[in-house]
Amino acid sequence: MADLVSHPDEVRVVSRRFGQRATNLDRYLELDGYKAVQKALAMQPDAIVNEIKNSGLRGRGGAGFNTGMKWSFVPKQSAKPKYVLCNGDESEPGTCKDRLIFEHDPHAVIEGTVIAGLAVGSHTGYIYIRGEYRYLLEIMQKAIADAYARGFLGKNIFGSGYDFDVYWHGGAGAYEVGEESALMESLEGKRGIPRIRPPFPAVVGLWGGPTVINNAETLASVPHILLGGADWFANLGPPKNGGTRLFCLSGHLKRPGVYELPMGYNLKKMIYDVGGGIPGGRKLKAVVPGGSSTPLLTPDEIDVPMDFDSMMKAGSMLGSGGVVVLDDTTCMVKFALRIMKFYQHESCGWCIPCREGTDWLKKTLIRFHSGGGLKKDIDNILYLSQNMLGRTFCPLGDAAAMPTISIVKKFRQEFEDHLEGQPCAFEKESNIEKLPVFA
Amino acid sequence: MRFSDQFEKRFAEMLTHYPTKRSVLVPTLLYAQDEIGFLSDEVISELAGRLELTELEVRNVISYYSMLTTRPRGKYNVQVCTNIACLLRGGDELFEHCENKFGVKHKGTTADGLFSLEEVECIGACSWAPAVQVNYDFHENLTTEKLDQVLDQYKRETQ
Repeated sequence: MADLVSHPDEVRVVSRRFGQRATNLDRYLELDGYKAVQKALAMQPDAIVNEIKNSGLRGRGGAGFNTGMKWSFVPKQSAKPKYVLCNGDESEPGTCKDRLIFEHDPHAVIEGTVIAGLAVGSHTGYIYIRGEYRYLLEIMQKAIADAYARGFLGKNIFGSGYDFDVYWHGGAGAYEVGEESALMESLEGKRGIPRIRPPFPAVVGLWGGPTVINNAETLASVPHILLGGADWFANLGPPKNGGTRLFCLSGHLKRPGVYELPMGYNLKKMIYDVGGGIPGGRKLKAVVPGGSSTPLLTPDEIDVPMDFDSMMKAGSMLGSGGVVVLDDTTCMVKFALRIMKFYQHESCGWCIPCREGTDWLKKTLIRFHSGGGLKKDIDNILYLSQNMLGRTFCPLGDAAAMPTISIVKKFRQEFEDHLEGQPCAFEKESNIEKLPVFA
Repeated sequence: MRFSDQFEKRFAEMLTHYPTKRSVLVPTLLYAQDEIGFLSDEVISELAGRLELTELEVRNVISYYSMLTTRPRGKYNVQVCTNIACLLRGGDELFEHCENKFGVKHKGTTADGLFSLEEVECIGACSWAPAVQVNYDFHENLTTEKLDQVLDQYKRETQ
């Protein structure tokens, strides 16, 4: 459905089977499908964990935690069943990569889920797909049924004596559910409200059992690592940042699209070369480097490698791979408002700093954008945002605060320009909601 | 209260997937809504009974998920994304265009019951922005002209 793009700098690992009709099981087998899981069945669980650890694979959902390390936290012995949970609740604004994986290579996700299960001694996996992706849920349902029919799932998989079940699960619209503990709540049939940690899901997860939760792209990378080797995968990127990344290029670009590039690829090159630069002869103003929750970078900050550690050093985050490019016609106040509107809408309301903070920030930003802002509000926005950081059960509060702080600090002048009835210089009339009564 | 055979088959199968009955709730609510059009009192009572939950527990879950609704909607729910990637490429203009075309606001339904309009958060179409989802169908790289063609096509299908 969604258009595919290509660029000579791409290194195709996760996207290797895109456009290859790999939803068909026979075709998937032709393209080395289900070879990795058979290899894993002959390995010791610890050997699988070590292979993934050494590959430098880090969580593709955004947190960037070493995947093998995460698996190693699952206790060997457990009175309760252990589970593998694939997070396909992709909803971070700017991110549309898991969608392509489910659309083009659903069996890779299944295969990665089974391998994760073998590594931690689990016999049950769930693949959670967001409700809006109904057509992808249907693709996944068929893929799972096909794998069962061949004996790749269920009892005695591949004649190994090992039992492993994989089930699909659909969401119904909630950003917060992409957070790992809220995801488990949702799968258990509840409101997606985060759980306090510790205990971490690896110890106490679904129905109290140890649970490995990985993003769909992370799990889709796993079979390739087992076949290609940890060293090969690790060497695709800089140290401790193994492999490739599906970067979702969007916004003011000539060639937006999802491109698979080596970890550590230069952001400036990504924008001007891969993405084709900015249309209409306009200039770059800012970049959201890893989904809406990551601090924005200005044009003088973009000559950086896109890997987890370099982005941290640059004062932002690699996040979920959503690169949103803003040209010089963008009103930063409006942009900050749109981000806050989103987080206010998606805050589950469980933690007060997030529930109240996002609401007040949204109101303040609405007032600013419609020209009625007060000078002291600029610092108030920073104060409110900083008070949300680290004070909530889950990172949604941080996700709302981080981009806001960066926008106010880096584009303070634009906020000043909006003061005292100045109309927005970027548009005649705002079509974002007008300020309600708010003194 | 009758659901389709397909619904019943899926429901029975899903119950075998989890250690607790309640776990089927979220996807089941969406499938029920797809059949009935919205989550009526009758649907809520039926599913609560089947899953050994109180109606309040079911309503509590419904109110959390943005795709679930207890009110009837139009045949085609036009969901316009205005989140950041779509905003930069004209999502607001598409939404405004729909408001004018349908003469309704966010979550409103046209008098003929054909279209509902909703401003939605990111639907995962960022690289193909701006995008609109009509029920479950994605329509991407839109302009107001292209959106008109898409909507007219839905209209024709019902005639």
